[in-house]
This record gives sequence, C-alpha cells and structure tokens, in this order.
Amino acid sequence: MNTDITANKVSAKIKAGWSSITGTIIITLGSIVMVFPFLWLFSTAFKSPTELNNWPPTIIPKLFNIDNLVGVFKAAPFARYFLNSVLMATISTSAILFSSALGGYICGKFHYKWLNVFFAAIIGTAIIPFEIYMIPLYLQMNNLGLVNKFSGMVMPYLIMSFGLFFMRQTVVQQIPDELLEAARVEGAAEWTIFIKMILPLLKAPMAALGIFAFLDGWNAFVWPLLIVSSKQLYNMELGLAMFQSTYSVNVSLIAAGSLISIIPILTVFILFRKQIMQSIATTGLK
Amino acid sequence: MSTVSKVVKKRKISRPLGFCIVGLLPILALYTYLRFIPIFSTFYLSFHNWDMVSLKKPFIGFDNYIKLFHSDLFITALKNTTIIAFSVLLISVPLSLIVANALVNKVKYRPFFESIYFLPAIMPMVPVTIAWKGILDTNTGYLNYFISIFGIEPLGWMTTPALAVTSVAMITIWKILGYNMLIFIVGLTGIPKEYYEAASIDGATGFKSFRHITIPLLKPITLLISITTLITGYNVYSTVYVLASDTQGSPGYIVRVLVYDMFENGFRFFKMGFASAEAVVLFAIVSLLVVIQFALARDKGDLKNRKKVKA
Repeated sequence: MNTDITANKVSAKIKAGWSSITGTIIITLGSIVMVFPFLWLFSTAFKSPTELNNWPPTIIPKLFNIDNLVGVFKAAPFARYFLNSVLMATISTSAILFSSALGGYICGKFHYKWLNVFFAAIIGTAIIPFEIYMIPLYLQMNNLGLVNKFSGMVMPYLIMSFGLFFMRQTVVQQIPDELLEAARVEGAAEWTIFIKMILPLLKAPMAALGIFAFLDGWNAFVWPLLIVSSKQLYNMELGLAMFQSTYSVNVSLIAAGSLISIIPILTVFILFRKQIMQSIATTGLK
Repeated sequence: MSTVSKVVKKRKISRPLGFCIVGLLPILALYTYLRFIPIFSTFYLSFHNWDMVSLKKPFIGFDNYIKLFHSDLFITALKNTTIIAFSVLLISVPLSLIVANALVNKVKYRPFFESIYFLPAIMPMVPVTIAWKGILDTNTGYLNYFISIFGIEPLGWMTTPALAVTSVAMITIWKILGYNMLIFIVGLTGIPKEYYEAASIDGATGFKSFRHITIPLLKPITLLISITTLITGYNVYSTVYVLASDTQGSPGYIVRVLVYDMFENGFRFFKMGFASAEAVVLFAIVSLLVVIQFALARDKGDLKNRKKVKA
C-alpha cells in the first residue's frame, strides 16, 4: 500500500517534469506570437524606404533611422492628439472615480427604497454595450450642439455603471455601519464623513478602478470617430486611424505614429505592471 | 418589525436624506442623459421611420425589423459577426486556459511571461491593428513569408472574404487572450492544493487531474469568460475599420460586421430607425447571452455544493 503511494508520487513527479518542459516550450513559442506585432511596429518604424521592400523581410533594421519618428510629427499634429488623449483620459478618470465612489457609497450605506430602483437601473445599463445606444446619443448631442466638441467627446466617459457597482460592493463589504454611526453621534456632517472618512478608506479600490478607467478613456475610438470631425479635437486613436488611411503608402511613417501612440501605455504598464494586472484581476473588468 | 423601531430608524436617517439627494442628483442626471434616454430611444426609434432631418417620424411597427431580415447586407453582417464571435470563443478560451495552467504550475519566469501575454489586452486597438495589417500584407507581410517556408503560395489575408474573417478573428483572439488568461489564473490559484494532492494519491496527475479537478472547478469562471468573449466578439468594429480603411472602393464590404452595418445605415444612408432596429437585434443577442450565463451559473452553483458535500 505504502509503496504504491510512493511509486505513484514518483511517477507523478516524472510526469510533472515532462509537462513542465512541454509547458515552457509552448509558452515560449506562444509569447513570440504575442510580441510579434510590437516587434513589427518597432522594426518598421526604424526602417528606411528601401529596406521596407526587402524580401524576405528583415526583422532587425540594418540601420536605425529616426527620420520616420521625426517626420510623423510634421505630417500630422500628433502632439495635439496626444494632449487631447491625456486630457480626455484624465477628466474621464477623475469623474468616474468621484461619481462611482459617491454613488456607490450612497447606494451601499443608505436604505431608501428608491435607491434600490436607481441601483437596479444602473446595473441594467452595465451589461449593455455602448455601441448599442451610440446612434441615439449622437442625435441627442446633435440637438444640444455638442457634436464636434471636446465636451461631447468626453461626456459619455464621465460615468461607468460597472464602476459604481464595484464601489458599492466594496463599501458594503469593507465599511462597517458602526463607523458611520460613531461619526454621526459626534456630529459630523454627511459630506464631511464622505470626504474625510470614506474616500481615504476607499483608496485601494479607487486605484484599481482608476487604472481601468484611464485605459478606457485613453483607448476610446468608436465614439470619438462618430462625434468629432475637426483635426484639433482628435485623440491619439482617431488621429492615428485617420493618419493611416491618408498616408497608406508610407508604412514606416504609420508604424512610427503607432509606436508613439503605444509608448505611453507601454511605459505605464512597465512601471505599474503589478498594480494593473492586480486591478484587472480583482475588478474583473475589461 | 415593530412600528417603534421603524420610527427610530426613520429619525436616524432623516438627516442623510438631503445628502443622498444632493449627492445623487448630478449622477442621476448624467445617467439619464447618457444611458437611460439613449437606450430607451434605441427601442423607440427602431419602430419609427426617420431620416434625421424631416420633422415627421412615422410609427411603422415592426417594418424595420422585417426589412432588416430581408437585407442581404445585414444577414451577411450577422453571419460574419457570429462566425467571428464563436471562433474567438472556441479558440481563445481553451488556449487561455492552457496558457494560464502552464504558467501557474510549471513555467519559470512566470511574471515575465504573464506580462507578455497580457500586454495586448490593454493596448489601444488602432496601433495594434495597424501592426497586424503590416504582418498580414499580401506582398510584404511576415505571415506570407512564414507560410512560404512551407511552400504555401501567398494568401490575400485582407482581400479574400473568408480569410479576412479569419484575420479579424485572429486579431481579436490575440487581443483578448491575455485578459482571459489573467482571469483564469485568478481561478486556478483559488483551487486548494489538497485537491490535487488527494488526486495524486489516487494516481490522477497531469492531464487526468486537469480534466477531473481543474476543469469542473473552473466552470463558473469559464462561463463568465465565455460570455464576455462572445459579447466582445459581437461588438467587433475597430479592427474591421482599420483593416479596411484604405482598401480601394468598398471599405467594410470585405468583412461586414454588425456595428459597421449599423453605423453605415445610420450615418451614411440616414436610416436612423433601421439602424436602431439593428442595435436592438445586437442588444437581444447580448441579453440572451447574459440570460444563458445566469441560468447556467445557477446550475453550476448546485453542482459545486454537491461536490462539497461529497468531499
């Protein structure tokens, strides 16, 4: 009996060793596919026009030529696009954090019947993809003169149903009622309780939500494509998409523009890799 | 509950009522303008005929829906989108589970590989699609070079309709894989080690324990991932837009997808009611998926409880 168990364990170890090797091979091969598009951007951005036409295509450019990276700023106002993206993502993130924390706190800690109705309605909207109601929203904004305005582009990104839901769950789980009772007994005003006590307690979940909101705002594409038509209002995504359809002949220039547009996200990812992955894993957001 | 305690409760919360109203009012206003009204309008418009300019907006019942299912372009879009969504599901979910499982159990430099696989998931869609466009290019792309090593003739990855659908699916899989992997890793690390130890004493290791412990215990997570993957697949748009944006003549005709068809009907032909009916169909598909998820999740819950009792 005992020998049986050890025999099984030994064979298990051998098997585990084998699958570890095959596992490593599969993972390594797969990761080449995963990084290849980034490699392509990097290599193409530095290639000279003559090297582009080489067959077989070279992976590492023979000469690193930075003409494309300089030229792309001359060909289109990428600095402007970049600024618009930064503005949009920052405004969107701050607004989502505030509205989600406040709304989540109110829905989680106050017990009026109408709050349940409000909360249920928000959950209902959380599962509906934005693409489904983009057309009527566009028409509404058209009536208010918000089409082709920066405010119109940012507005739908001021709230996030899932964010409010997530903050409510966190508040319910992590903030005991006694804490609020104690503060009220001491005579603290409701706004003071929220700003001085609740917000600091929600720092970690807000950071998680903030990372997600920022990526969402930075990566916005379909809505800006609908609502914005002047170049000065383009964000990086839209600017790049328009750039690649007008300069479709000059692949190196397009690659250089793409490279510039992913560098901010790449930098943020390298710096905050752990936090980003943790936040996506805990919120389950995408 | 006695009336006394109710009164006490009411008195306690009467002061916060003002706070709730003042706090929620701006939030409610934003939700109403940006979510509730447009969602409602989508349904409303889908039963009307409207060209965006005329003052008349006649009610036409289900006419838009009937026309929709007689429109060849819509049927093509529905077919393409469904093929894309389900191929992304059937390939990315098992693949991400395999990757997650390998990473959790055996592979060295786990954080490094995790990052590599996860990176595409947070990247903006436009630049990565541009990169894929370069790789898939018929004349200068690496993919055609790669297959030429095996003696395969160059293929038109973005010009042949069937291959273009494959390309869109491929890019979507590449993009979503890391996200699914991350969620699977969360699930896998949550499975108690004792289960595997107990199984290994019974002689079940490797694939056997994967098959009989890992897969059943991950069912709720797999379900969640499958649904989000399908919804992502049904909403595919940016990839198609970028891939097709400089194709001469007919952008979007090579791979017509639902959102593309919808925007074209809305903003090119100004058939707002018709486009809204398409949005409602998309909504119906998404809702159906969510309902299926909830129904199956309930079943899985029972199964899990039974397992616990058995253990």
